[in-house]
Amino acid sequence: MAAVLPSPLTAPPRPRAGPWRLALRRLLRRKAAMVGLAVVLFFVALALLAPWIAPHDPVATSWGAVRKAPSAAYWFGTDELGRDVLSRVVWGTQASLLAGVVSVGISLLLGVPIGLAAGFLGGWVDGLISRVTDAFLACPFLILAIALAAFLGPSLSNAMIAIGVSATPIFVRLTRGQVLSVKVEDYVEAARAVGNPPWRIALRHVLPNVTAPLIVQSTLAIAAAVIAEASLSFLGLGQQPPAPSWGSMLNTAKNYMDNAPWMAIWPGLSIFLLVLAFNLLGDGLRDALDPRQR
Amino acid sequence: MLEYLFKRLATIVPTLVFVSMLIFGLQQLLPGDPAMILAGEDQDPALIAHLRAKLHLDEPLPLRYAYWIGGVLQGDLGESVRTQQPVLDLIVQKLPVTIELALLAMAVALLIGIPTGIIAAVGRDTPWDYGATVFALSGLSMPNFWLGILMILLFSVQLGWLPASGYVSPAEDLRANLAAMVMPAIVLGTGIAAVLMRHTRSAMLQVLSADYVRTARAKGLSERVVVLRHALRNALTPVITLGALELGTLLSGAVLTEQVFTIPGFGKLIIDAVFNRDYAVVQGVVLVTATAYIVLNLLADLAYFAVNPRLRH
Amino acid sequence: MKTNFRTLLPAIALAFAGAAQAQTLRIGLAEDPDALDPTTARTFVGRIVFAALCDKLVDVDEKLNIVPQLATSWEWSADNKALTMKLRNDVLFHDGEKFDAAAVKFNIERHKTFQGSNRSGELRPVTSVDVVDPLTVRFNLAAPFSPLMAALADRAGMMVSPKAAQAAGAGFAAKPVCAGPYRFVERVAQDRIVFERFPQYWDKGAVNFERITYTPVPDATVRLANLKSGQFDFIERVASSDIAGLKNDSRFKVTRITEIGYQGITINIGKSDKAQANPLGKDARVREAFELSLDREGIVQVVMDGEATIGNQWVAPNNAFYAKGLPPPQRDIAKAKALLQQAGVPNPSFTLMTPTTSDAQKIAQVVQAMAKEAGFDVKIQATEFATSLNLADKGDFEAYVLAWSGRADPDGNIYSFVGCKQPLNYAGICQPEIDEQLNAARTASNVAARQTAYEQVASRVLKDRPIVYLYHRNWLYAYNAKLSGIRSIPDGLLRVQGLKLN
Repeated sequence: MAAVLPSPLTAPPRPRAGPWRLALRRLLRRKAAMVGLAVVLFFVALALLAPWIAPHDPVATSWGAVRKAPSAAYWFGTDELGRDVLSRVVWGTQASLLAGVVSVGISLLLGVPIGLAAGFLGGWVDGLISRVTDAFLACPFLILAIALAAFLGPSLSNAMIAIGVSATPIFVRLTRGQVLSVKVEDYVEAARAVGNPPWRIALRHVLPNVTAPLIVQSTLAIAAAVIAEASLSFLGLGQQPPAPSWGSMLNTAKNYMDNAPWMAIWPGLSIFLLVLAFNLLGDGLRDALDPRQR
Repeated sequence: MLEYLFKRLATIVPTLVFVSMLIFGLQQLLPGDPAMILAGEDQDPALIAHLRAKLHLDEPLPLRYAYWIGGVLQGDLGESVRTQQPVLDLIVQKLPVTIELALLAMAVALLIGIPTGIIAAVGRDTPWDYGATVFALSGLSMPNFWLGILMILLFSVQLGWLPASGYVSPAEDLRANLAAMVMPAIVLGTGIAAVLMRHTRSAMLQVLSADYVRTARAKGLSERVVVLRHALRNALTPVITLGALELGTLLSGAVLTEQVFTIPGFGKLIIDAVFNRDYAVVQGVVLVTATAYIVLNLLADLAYFAVNPRLRH
Repeated sequence: MKTNFRTLLPAIALAFAGAAQAQTLRIGLAEDPDALDPTTARTFVGRIVFAALCDKLVDVDEKLNIVPQLATSWEWSADNKALTMKLRNDVLFHDGEKFDAAAVKFNIERHKTFQGSNRSGELRPVTSVDVVDPLTVRFNLAAPFSPLMAALADRAGMMVSPKAAQAAGAGFAAKPVCAGPYRFVERVAQDRIVFERFPQYWDKGAVNFERITYTPVPDATVRLANLKSGQFDFIERVASSDIAGLKNDSRFKVTRITEIGYQGITINIGKSDKAQANPLGKDARVREAFELSLDREGIVQVVMDGEATIGNQWVAPNNAFYAKGLPPPQRDIAKAKALLQQAGVPNPSFTLMTPTTSDAQKIAQVVQAMAKEAGFDVKIQATEFATSLNLADKGDFEAYVLAWSGRADPDGNIYSFVGCKQPLNYAGICQPEIDEQLNAARTASNVAARQTAYEQVASRVLKDRPIVYLYHRNWLYAYNAKLSGIRSIPDGLLRVQGLKLN
């Protein structure tokens, strides 16, 4: 049974738990998703409290302590310039979380309005947008991101823009699909019959229904964006040293995998845990918000 | 169905035109002067001038696009300025490698994704579900270049079981070929396994609560028979069509995997060409892969249509 | 254990195979070479491959002396405007054609006139080539030009078969035909290049392998992993951080050779307006302070794990043309600060354009930290290499971390870089006195005269600092301990003649 939102033509809803509350309950029950959420919150806390938690200055070099194995002074060891890996991992959380969230934010900001327009306006606008979206989706994502990042110049913010723009078509397609399926629902027909202008119908009636799959997709996209940032950094196009980010730490560390594996293990593990957490959370959200799953 | 086919075919042409404009435009966006980077260390001015003329770099953008597209329509995808090889030759040389890697990766993904999806669906909300989910998602959560290097260090350097990199054609030596492809296929395949697992799980869940399955259960058939014979067959259809669509993800992931394992496929070709500003190579390869992706999409949709009569409205 | 058995296996196989004839030498390269045509070739890594494929008129030895290869002897005319060379008479090209003076003439003309040739600049002083007799050739020059011999020891001196070149036209690179110890079998781009022994090579005793394969593996860790797992016999450009681990492994040997190139920082002192807008580009005292704030030994230790030699000129200290009277300065923070005070900018700030390669980034970060102690605020601007070249050419930079792979003749390391309006003069330095000395060094024929000229250039360049030279890297080879015959030639190119796997 589909989650039904109050229609202007039916009687006012009885006081029972709304669909969002129900979804939340389902989510809380799914343990894997809760673990994911906890890990995400842990990393967010790490990012916010970095200045107080990190034992050393993440960019302070120390010629005498180059590539030292983990010890009491340096819990995670040091890197090729004598910097503390633990501090860099902690500070790097900011960059990785930003990379994930801002990229997806850009995709949403660009993709949702375009998708709404395509779905709603139909006709040649839809045709044009769909063909262009298809064209984007036919090109390998990483190639688009690399080309854009190279164009903008190597930096974390440019990598975020590049990833965000490259991922936009996915959200366009998702939004458009949702709009198309919702467009034919009764309450939308009714709203139109009453004379609401398209933009109001879009905002007040269509958009709330699109939100659920968008939330799911966004969570999963954040996971993918963190990996994409690491990939761009691996190619030298993401966050540039000396500022720490897990991806650029991996990029440097790959040259020392043999004699200083701790340089790669900790950032790699952090990426893995954060991305896994987002994926679990996204999976849980999908199950919780999918009305067909009972 | 025929009407649907024609409608879809009609959309392919404008999409491909947009793809060509997109990839051409992106290459032109890349900063730097391709003549300079292609001229090598010595930066001989005479050579740079020759390259600028050859690549029509001083002519307006639309004209350069026309030169390129004109060539493409005649079957000439241009030449790699760096190695002076025709792009078409490069593509033909590397296509089998990439296809083999993609197929092997898909096999790995199916081998991991479908069983874990079934386990997760059947053991829903039990530890089996969580375990299978985490296992399948792990592949998606690791940067594949990191996993690749770790595997090389373990299996090639420490244990000496597999070659660290390189490629041997299956025609030459099948065993060596598979030995070289095992790690890259696993690295690539685990990423897609998660997607396949998710879809298998949700498809199975849907099907397991369907009427005909309830009937089978009511008839007294064992759970295993119910799952394997009745539910699975119907659940697999969307999963397999999804596999075709994952080709796009495969090509993206292959870029870095091929770089790490030095597999001479498309991915590595494109990456090097982007950084060397070898425009013709990037444009040609992306055009070919985009066409393949679009065609596969179409075939998958047609298959879905054919299998699922409810969609034909 | 598995590894012992592995190293034993080739030895056992060899014992059964008898002579070391049926072997393949497997080499791991750091990049994929570009076109295999000596006339159009543009990369360093391509030269490694050419060393086995294409013999040259002359070669260089460990001390950078010019030694015979396809030419047996040579003589300059009295006015140094004609070079007469006598050629070997037992040389055949891979297609069976005979090598003679006519072939030399063809090749030089091809280098000068072929569309897309990268050699025309190197051979500009050569106006014509005369065939004196089948084994004697004469180069006629517009003016004396000492670096010519070194150019003929590189790609400009590589001889391809005229018959094959004419037949193939622009497609020669697909199937090159030269006169080296090995001939071309096949090439799969980014996968492998395969050569086989050329039975009619003039120095048969030096050829001990049946085949050579070159495989590009860009990732240094993976390249080393291939060596360790037995897939390669020889790898070039080993990462300096891996050397310590290899020293303790008896299966492998390491060779280190001081390069003929250098690593340095180029400063925009006149290429564009940016030079005057920034204290570093405007004031020589600020540049001196910058140099004094650097600890070259420290940089070498941290960036290259000690696998480099510090330097302050465009040739290494052990080079004959190094100006011994101008040694690298010691770090002196106090003096640096004093100079900055004098110049009126106690805390200068500038942007250091850094290519995204790992070495360049390390250098930039170390330099940033060191210069900070003298009061400099160095901002690192990571730039993709292709883009950085373009920006440098336009003068759109303040300082640039740039290395040069080096040429056998010192002229190749300095002329294009500080000569007025030369293609690689990114610093934008232009002093007629320097140009005069550079040209004098080109036309002078004896070493002493050239040394004097270069000393003059050095004293000016080191004062104005368009380039702050940091160090000269070690070429690091790692190879199977059973491989003998590795020569330490400073150009970093592996010579395959005389290599043997015992």
